Amino acid sequence: MKNLISVLTVVFAIIIIWYGAAYMMNKQWTLDQAERAGTTVTASEVFKDTMAQERPQLPAPHQVLTEIWKTTVEKKITSKRSLIYHGGITLSSTALGFLMGSLLGITLAISIVHSRAMDLSVMPWIIASQTIPILAIAPMIIVVLNAVGISGLIPKAMISMYLSFFPVAVGMVKGLRAPDTMQLDLMKTYRASPWQTLVKLRLPSSMPYLFTSLKIAMAASLVGAIIGELPTGAVAGLGARLLAGSYYGQTIQIWSALISAAVLAAVLVMLIGAIQNITLKRMGMLR
Amino acid sequence: MEQNSQAVIAAKNLNLVFETNDGSVHALKDVDLTINKGEFVSFIGPSGCGKTTFLRVIADLEQPTGGSISVNGMTPHEAREARAYGYVFQASGLYPWRTIAGNIKLPLEIMGYSKEEQDKRVQQVLELVELDSFGNKYPWQLSGGMQQRASIARALSFDADILLMDEPFGALDEIVRDHLNEQLLALWARTEKTIGFVTHSIPEAVYLSTKIVVMSPRPGRIADVIESTLPKERPLDIRDSKEFLEIAARVRDGLRAGHLDD
Amino acid sequence: MIWAFVAILFWLGAWALNVYLSRGKLTKRNKFIIPFLFGVTILVLWEGLVVGLNVSPIILPPPSAVAAKFASSLPILWEDFVQTFVKGALSGYIIGCGSAFILAILIDRSPFLQRGLLPVGNFVAALPVIGIAPILVMWFGFDWQSKAAVVVVMVFFPMLVNTVQGLTESDHMQRDLMKTYSASYWQSLLKLRLPAAMPFIFNGLKISTTLALIGAIVAEFFGSPIKGMGFRITTEVGRLALDMVWAEIVVAALAGSAFYGIMALIEKVVTFWHPSQR
Repeated sequence: MKNLISVLTVVFAIIIIWYGAAYMMNKQWTLDQAERAGTTVTASEVFKDTMAQERPQLPAPHQVLTEIWKTTVEKKITSKRSLIYHGGITLSSTALGFLMGSLLGITLAISIVHSRAMDLSVMPWIIASQTIPILAIAPMIIVVLNAVGISGLIPKAMISMYLSFFPVAVGMVKGLRAPDTMQLDLMKTYRASPWQTLVKLRLPSSMPYLFTSLKIAMAASLVGAIIGELPTGAVAGLGARLLAGSYYGQTIQIWSALISAAVLAAVLVMLIGAIQNITLKRMGMLR
Repeated sequence: MEQNSQAVIAAKNLNLVFETNDGSVHALKDVDLTINKGEFVSFIGPSGCGKTTFLRVIADLEQPTGGSISVNGMTPHEAREARAYGYVFQASGLYPWRTIAGNIKLPLEIMGYSKEEQDKRVQQVLELVELDSFGNKYPWQLSGGMQQRASIARALSFDADILLMDEPFGALDEIVRDHLNEQLLALWARTEKTIGFVTHSIPEAVYLSTKIVVMSPRPGRIADVIESTLPKERPLDIRDSKEFLEIAARVRDGLRAGHLDD
Repeated sequence: MIWAFVAILFWLGAWALNVYLSRGKLTKRNKFIIPFLFGVTILVLWEGLVVGLNVSPIILPPPSAVAAKFASSLPILWEDFVQTFVKGALSGYIIGCGSAFILAILIDRSPFLQRGLLPVGNFVAALPVIGIAPILVMWFGFDWQSKAAVVVVMVFFPMLVNTVQGLTESDHMQRDLMKTYSASYWQSLLKLRLPAAMPFIFNGLKISTTLALIGAIVAEFFGSPIKGMGFRITTEVGRLALDMVWAEIVVAALAGSAFYGIMALIEKVVTFWHPSQR
């Protein structure tokens, strides 16, 4: 409760600052317009105008909300201007890439934990590759896959997969190694096979790690999908809306795409959080 | 009883009630206790009896909800501001990024001692706890017993009259513990400090103290106060003497009586 | 065809050697040789397959071609590196991490603000912040200033969250100890809580190195002067000159790991006492 009040205060402060900034940044344009027209404007007129420009430097929050409302509820889903349509496209490649990436990450982690050679050869490279800006390769992947005739959902999902498998692999290696020596020794006294140890001990104890890294992977996957939409010439998807908006100076459109991407990310991460809560509660790891 | 000696810590009718989510907990109920200068007072009792809480009230780390307490004739808050006591916690709490000498210097830096004075005192207390050659080591390079000795040295470094110790040897094994008990007694004899000492162990309490305060839980209160008749000179084998065993039996009775009330 | 065959043979041989080495005693030398061998194998396999199977360089140039391109276009690569890394990423990194650190110290005295900012910061850190790039490019122009601004926004929240969390990291007993010395706020901050926060602060600094480079490169996709790593990647991809793209990626990889490595090295010196370092 105390936390909620604090959070709401901070959010409220951000909105106030946003309005203030919108006024400050849009004021110049209003004044210039008035000067060109040879009229004088009162302070209240300036304020009113800064809140309602068509291409403001910084749109006010309510302008963005109105735009989102107009492009989600009031537009048909099949329309090219519907945010739900664009969001859906981004979501599908995010989800596909996330699934592939997580599976790849988990598989890799299991093989790393069970094979010393894999561990010693691959693990240092996985960690090193975390420090490399993978997103920079995104345009190349799209174009190259296009050149061999693969286009549409798959190339974007590949980027998402690439971004999301790292956190899952690293987190799962940690999670699968979470059982302590005593627990592992106990399995040894039962003469459990590696497979039994994996299923009955390692996988259950890795669950908290798995969900934590899945959240990171989901966020990364969405970023990958958005970036993957940039080089395709801005056809469809939230990334395309961002790029098209920046070509034509449609700031309201950029912001509404940005906010929808944020909401999408939040919903997806919270979804994993909810699954995490249910699973861990069922497993008795959470009270 | 040393009637004419001066009271260092005096608690009257002291009460402390914690408000928690599961209702209120009476941690200290009507505690009356006087600790005189130079005494070694042990607080013993099962967990939840308020012995640690009482020590923390003396140190101004908890606020009583009723009654009065004075430390060196001041309120605990004033006494803390005047740096009237050194406090030793259950764990050594040494900073891993400072050497042993650096850790002992920490309170001296905070209290604004000069550089030369700092070095002099560090050397002094290191000798006092027999760690002279370990000043440049880091805490994690030392054994648990040595770490705890270093934390005692840290509490002694600024030479406060009162030493408050909250189960300082609780996490150590019995052999190390015996050794440290012996050293602590020697140190007390040399420095003539007033010591408040919380413990779980009956032999430890009897071996060390001039006064043993037996406490019992729910509500936390004093069940018995036993003045020790043992001489000031105490070799380890005094623990086999008849007198020692008699006092220990009385402490045990006090503890048992507290439990029967439940 | 023969090349591909040789490469696969090399792969199998090297893998067998790695399996053999990793069965043996784990010396410091082996710990280096095994991953190194694995990296070399990947390069050989790549080269062999591309040459042997006649893969078009438009799809995947062989490492040798990338190396040749790298060596012959050093001045361009250097110019791009300065534009993107030194001007964009590094300046944004310093401003972003610095201001997040200062804000963390400022709100440290207000538990109310901390409780409010921590969830918000965590939330923002999980958002696709990179999307703000087109807006910042619009505000700050095409040159490096807008790239630095994107980097500031990207590194700010991870750094803030880590620092705030680090400052709460000292345990209860140690704070009580400071209280028994009746230490002032600043004394306990400088002597206890900041040192105790260092592992967290460095965690934030390390995460931010990668984010900074990503931010600076991706921001260039939304508009840049005719230099910079992101600019070069998009234009060379458009001309299907993939050897140059790969050369830029090599630069990015080298810069990214060196940046991270330097921060990790400083961390090792500063937090020598932490269990993970000793």
